[in-house]
Amino acid sequence: MDMAFIIETIVKIVVILLVFSALAGLGTYFERKVLAFMQRRLGPMHVGPFGLLQVAADGIKLFTKEDIIPQNVVKPIFKIAPVITAATAFMAAAAIPFWPQFTVFGYTVHPIVADVNIGILYVLGVMAIGLYGPLLGGMASANKFSLISAARSAAVFISYEVISGLSLLAPLMLVGSLSLIDINNYQAGGIGNWIVWSQPVAFILFWIAAFAETGRTPFHLVANDHEIIDGFGTEYSGMRWGLFFIGEYANMFFISFVIAIIFLGGFGDGSIAGAFQLLLKVAFFFFFFLWTRAAWPDVRPDQLMWLCWKVLMPIAVINVVITGLVMMF
Amino acid sequence: MFEAIAFYLFAALTIVMFTITVMTSQALYALTAMAAGMIFISAFFFILGADFLGAIQIIVYTGAVMAIYAFGMMFFDTTRNVIEKRSNPRFVVVLGALAAVLVVFIVLAPIVTTNLNANYPIDLAVGNSQAIGMVLFTKYLVPFELAAVMLLVAMIAGIVLAGKKMDKSLTLMTEEDIALMHDSFTHEATQEEAH
Repeated sequence: MDMAFIIETIVKIVVILLVFSALAGLGTYFERKVLAFMQRRLGPMHVGPFGLLQVAADGIKLFTKEDIIPQNVVKPIFKIAPVITAATAFMAAAAIPFWPQFTVFGYTVHPIVADVNIGILYVLGVMAIGLYGPLLGGMASANKFSLISAARSAAVFISYEVISGLSLLAPLMLVGSLSLIDINNYQAGGIGNWIVWSQPVAFILFWIAAFAETGRTPFHLVANDHEIIDGFGTEYSGMRWGLFFIGEYANMFFISFVIAIIFLGGFGDGSIAGAFQLLLKVAFFFFFFLWTRAAWPDVRPDQLMWLCWKVLMPIAVINVVITGLVMMF
Repeated sequence: MFEAIAFYLFAALTIVMFTITVMTSQALYALTAMAAGMIFISAFFFILGADFLGAIQIIVYTGAVMAIYAFGMMFFDTTRNVIEKRSNPRFVVVLGALAAVLVVFIVLAPIVTTNLNANYPIDLAVGNSQAIGMVLFTKYLVPFELAAVMLLVAMIAGIVLAGKKMDKSLTLMTEEDIALMHDSFTHEATQEEAH
């Protein structure tokens, strides 16, 4: 291992951390604006032009607010829970190829921190650890609403992990590799080669599971404001509460990257146009997260379980079997 | 050098985590330390170049420990210490020490006699996951199938045990209906006892 490699990796890590922390902050601004326009409001308007500096104002507030640790909580677990959510979100990003490789001043840059050959398994596995944040935060809080939220996050985790795994199995069988770069190159031939055309069912299923894993609105039962206050976040304040949000928004961006790379061709053949198309696809999936929040009500926990085990899982299994049969004959 | 640093770091972390799991009387500490220890173990697979097993270790154990959390939530108030009944602590210490020595002996014996060869060394020509698939579906096909059958049996047993009245949704029923259903259920149970 030479020095150049180490320096390059550290630079990449820092860039990804900075870019996506900033995007997570901006994500809250986009969310407010999109929701506001869909509900015929203006959203944040007063801080800066078009309310753009609202992000900075929120940041200053979260950073400077007193970090309250309530009585009766299990202190070490309570303190570490938000860190788990935020840290694992960024750790998962290590195996995501954000752009095709490009050359700057004669030096080829691979915009991926670690090109492991089981990339997608690593990304999904580490992203799944992120759900320990709500679970631990809820269980350590000594608050009944938080405990309900923790129980729900465990239930969502155990059931929707199955859906995301099974739905991905079919496209992975077609590609024959677990590396996100291989999956991307499999679809390099253009729009006709996208896996979404050969695996539409898997695409829909994985998309639904992505909503459950990031805890976004139709499946937002982990922190449903109108029934369990803020769930696991009820007892938190200041930056620890903010870390949960950085984790959630970073996860939304990363899962958008994963969906775009696996099903919608990723960055294609690696040209500049392909790279910008990837960003457009990611932007669409991120916008769709916000769109659903404005358009759909939350489902009940038992409806969520019903949907998972009695509808989505059988469809996912049938999809895998049919894909296998088609590939064999 | 990096491998050595990573190995000693993760070895120390794993040992500390599992020590906490065993020693603490706080259910939440024990569970969290176990989850962390299981995830740190995956680092050894990554160091050895077995990326697939490392990722599987993370995925399987995050899910498995999450299920234990669910049980912990049901059985304990996880914010308080669990009061354990220790009738014979000396006996436990002796048995524990013996078990630990035995495990160290089992692991060290083949290393000391240098009788340790890889039956299926990592083949750089095929990927990690392909290599595991080939071994699993040729040499270890019978254990693999047996494990599958065992899991199927466990699943069916679980459905049979938990599946009573699964066609009714408590959320959609009125309080009176739930009370009625509960009464009839206890009535049946007492009748069965009488038989």
